[in-house]
Amino acid sequence: MIEVNNLHKSFGDNHVLKGISTTFEKGKTNLIIGQSGSGKTVFLKSLLGIFEPDEGTISFDGKIYSELEENEKRELRTELGMVFQGSALFDSMTVEENVMFPLKMFSNQSKSEMADRVDFVLKRVNLLDAEKRYPSEISGGMQKRVAIARAIVMNPKYLFCDEPNSGLDPKTAILIDNLIQEITDEYQIITVINSHDMNSVMEIGEKIVFLKDGIKAWEGTNKEIFKTDNEAVTDFVYSSNLFKKVRQAYIDEN
Amino acid sequence: MIIIKVIVIILLLSIQFLDDKPYFYPMIYIENLGRYFAMLRKVFSKPVKWLILKDLILKEMNDLINNSLGIVAFISFFVGGVVTIQTALNIDNPFIPKYLIGFATRQSIILEFAPTFVSIIMAGKVGSFITSSIGTMRVTEQIDALDVMGVNSLNYLVFPKIVAMSLYPFLIAIGMFLGILGGWTAGVVGGLTSSEAFTTGLQMDFKTYHIAYAFIKTVVFSFVLATVPAFYGYYMKGGALEVGRASTTAFVWTSIVIIVLNFILTQLILG
Ligand SMILES: Nc1ncnc2c1ncn2[C@@H]1O[C@H](COP(=O)(O)OP(=O)(O)OP(=O)(O)O)[C@@H](O)[C@H]1O
Ligand SMILES: [Mg+2]
Repeated sequence: MIEVNNLHKSFGDNHVLKGISTTFEKGKTNLIIGQSGSGKTVFLKSLLGIFEPDEGTISFDGKIYSELEENEKRELRTELGMVFQGSALFDSMTVEENVMFPLKMFSNQSKSEMADRVDFVLKRVNLLDAEKRYPSEISGGMQKRVAIARAIVMNPKYLFCDEPNSGLDPKTAILIDNLIQEITDEYQIITVINSHDMNSVMEIGEKIVFLKDGIKAWEGTNKEIFKTDNEAVTDFVYSSNLFKKVRQAYIDEN
Repeated sequence: MIIIKVIVIILLLSIQFLDDKPYFYPMIYIENLGRYFAMLRKVFSKPVKWLILKDLILKEMNDLINNSLGIVAFISFFVGGVVTIQTALNIDNPFIPKYLIGFATRQSIILEFAPTFVSIIMAGKVGSFITSSIGTMRVTEQIDALDVMGVNSLNYLVFPKIVAMSLYPFLIAIGMFLGILGGWTAGVVGGLTSSEAFTTGLQMDFKTYHIAYAFIKTVVFSFVLATVPAFYGYYMKGGALEVGRASTTAFVWTSIVIIVLNFILTQLILG
């Protein structure tokens, strides 16, 4: 379990996170939702230690990150997988080399073992004919899938995805969502996903944390989010007419 | 002593006009200096696997040294030629011996042109390459990706460049050789001096510590060329536009550091 307790983060006088507390459980896909600029990326990067929180603690299965020794932190980091908002693939490396990179860096596997593992995860994300290509030569959706493959190649215990399906067509977006959920379930990992995509919320929102103005304005599941009358949430969720209708239909049905 | 103070003041004053900010703000310089040394400490701590570093070093040698051979050779040869022509044209007094042409060419190429001015040109070529490649990795979160994996990103990115730049003295040696060759070609082919007089000049009053001085400078500059542009790339903020801006700032500051160190080293070694 990941426990976040009273997390604060500011940039100058821009107080982005104003005391966020929540928990993320194993085998579940946890969604952080909120408007663009609400601090989702800052929240995720603070969890990962890329940004140092100004206040508050984050613990991974009981271990409080800020209290760990330098080598324990590095150890923990090999158990984290992260898919960045812009994929962040190494553009001097081919797809295959990108995915192999963490293995080369941290495992003592032989070349053929590594190649097998890379093959396996690329198959897992449905990407097989692009191994020798460079990130600039593949589409955005393929880049996202390579980023997911790179994030899971070390069998992480914790997986973080920053808008894994933004900028993709609805079909590919759902494929990627489902892929992440399958992986989460299959390997029983803790997955935290940033999103402002309502499709994802409905598909994989086993737990949803709604951020607004730097605080946690609501949390619950994708079942509950339809019923809540928290105004901030309904404002955000039903900003589109389509969803307003869906909601009405849902309420009528029940 | 007073002269040195005056020079330092002039330097500080002129620096502000070279930088983007046209006002004197020494705290920024001091703060950056502190961050620069903190960066160096991290570059040399917790190295990543040697197997990975080895490949990176080879790649950097190709990018930084091999790919600079052409421009260094070209510039050295022609500047050497011009130095000789200028010297020859200015010596029309029959009482000044012709071998001074070779002597002057050798001194200016070995002492200043090859080590210092080629380094300034490299600050533009190698420096902007380093800043923009590291800066792009920063902007596209590739550096964050390295950090999240638990890789010492400074060691991974900067250390191989420092090692690769240890070949830089060879580049400068080639520059020296071609500069003098260019001088000889221009002088002899252009009919300004005879080959014998030129070679006599080259061998005249030869001091080995001049060579040592030139190469000590070169080694120091090679370190500056690898690390100062890396500093501006690694700690940049913003997007693609800022990558361009960072490259410019890096070029300006690398040049300033080279010029200032050149002054200090010359005072220390020859002064
Ligand atoms: N490195 C940084 N330095 C300074 N301010 C930052 C930095 N990163 C984010 N911010 C600020 O934090 C706030 C939240 O940004 P963040 O990127 O977390 O939003 P987001 O919810 O991820 O938005 P989006 O959905 O568009 O990705 C913004 O006001 C932004 O200006
Ligand atoms: Mg974001």
